[in-house]
Amino acid sequence: LALYFHSGEREEKCIIEDVPSDTLVIGNYKVQRWDIHKQDFLESAPGLGMFVTVTTPAAEVLLSKLYGPQGTFSFTSYLSGEHVICLQSNSTRFVAFAGSKLRIHLDIRVGEHFLDESVVQAKDKVNEVNFRLEHLIEQIHHISKEQNYEREREEKFRKTSEETNSNILWWAIVQTLILISIGIWQIKSLRDFFISKKLV
Amino acid sequence: GQERGRSSGMPAGMRAGMRALAVLLCALRAGGTELTFELPDSAKQCFHQELERGLKFTLDYQVITGGHYDVDCYVEDPNGRTIYKETKKQYDSFPHRTEVKGVYTFCFSNEFSTFSHKTVYFDFQVGDEPPILPDMSNRVTALTQMESACVTIHEALNTVIDSQTHYRLREAQDRSRAEDLNGRVSYWSVGETLILFVVSIGQVMLLKSFFTEKRPSSSGAST
Repeated sequence: LALYFHSGEREEKCIIEDVPSDTLVIGNYKVQRWDIHKQDFLESAPGLGMFVTVTTPAAEVLLSKLYGPQGTFSFTSYLSGEHVICLQSNSTRFVAFAGSKLRIHLDIRVGEHFLDESVVQAKDKVNEVNFRLEHLIEQIHHISKEQNYEREREEKFRKTSEETNSNILWWAIVQTLILISIGIWQIKSLRDFFISKKLV
Repeated sequence: GQERGRSSGMPAGMRAGMRALAVLLCALRAGGTELTFELPDSAKQCFHQELERGLKFTLDYQVITGGHYDVDCYVEDPNGRTIYKETKKQYDSFPHRTEVKGVYTFCFSNEFSTFSHKTVYFDFQVGDEPPILPDMSNRVTALTQMESACVTIHEALNTVIDSQTHYRLREAQDRSRAEDLNGRVSYWSVGETLILFVVSIGQVMLLKSFFTEKRPSSSGAST
């Protein structure tokens, strides 16, 4: 696990993944806690776990589980859209602990299907190629799914732009009508008022 | 070499081609991480990675939603020296070859913004692309047809991945702007209607009030 970042003990850190439907997302993480005495991050603090919460674009919770200091989580999206993956430690210490923080290593992979390496090595080269070709076909299916999803989003985008355009046009017409009718009402009202006051 | 019963009938060239194809099909892109996260206003988020010396890495980042779609970014080497620093950038790409072994840090800062939180995407690619054919560099003969097909497919797929990411981010950003615009038009329409009514009715009432002051010697009444 390569990339890491720091977070407070009770802080929730969230990652956004915009994925098409029926896509497998796999995440690997490792968390370490800062030790004040040793002034370093401990390899694996005992009892430390991470709550992993995954929320769908429809604000439903897809996954909410407690994992240990090191773990792998995965979920398959059934809706297309922005899924939010949140990590929060289960530390029960109070917030005002000076200098306490966590180091979280994270790796998230979208749409990858793991090859079963042992199956691949056992057979001879022809079957290995066959197996890898199937993997490649799956990856190309994933590319095709992403492109379909992109088409959906572009359509939504185009609808928004056209809605804005017609809103502006409609509003300009309504505004003109309101202006004219209010002008007429103002003058009529004032004329009636002055007539009643015998000024005209 | 080992004796393979089934494949002993294959010519050597074909076996090499199969090997190349097998390597191609499992050739991953150079290691890296890409993440999208939300950066709250007046906040900074840092990421760290331990790297060897002499490694090539590229940091691409883009702001997808929020405010003026810009963010500050800086990269520091293990000695604390800033090797890249930009303020209020919408997107950028920073390639670098490491000179020191250690932990490299890159940070995104939204500290200049008081109320708009940003969604930032970054892609941190590490390492040189390994050559997809094992002995491609010291090859004496020309590549076989299968091997050159492999190379072509590999390069084409890499281009597809880059294209897709680029278009996905651009579209997300443009859609965010369009939705902002739509919201602003709606609010402004409602607001202006209200202002129109308030001002025009207020004008008439104000004028009427000028002429309804109680004066003993008002016009029209004769004593």
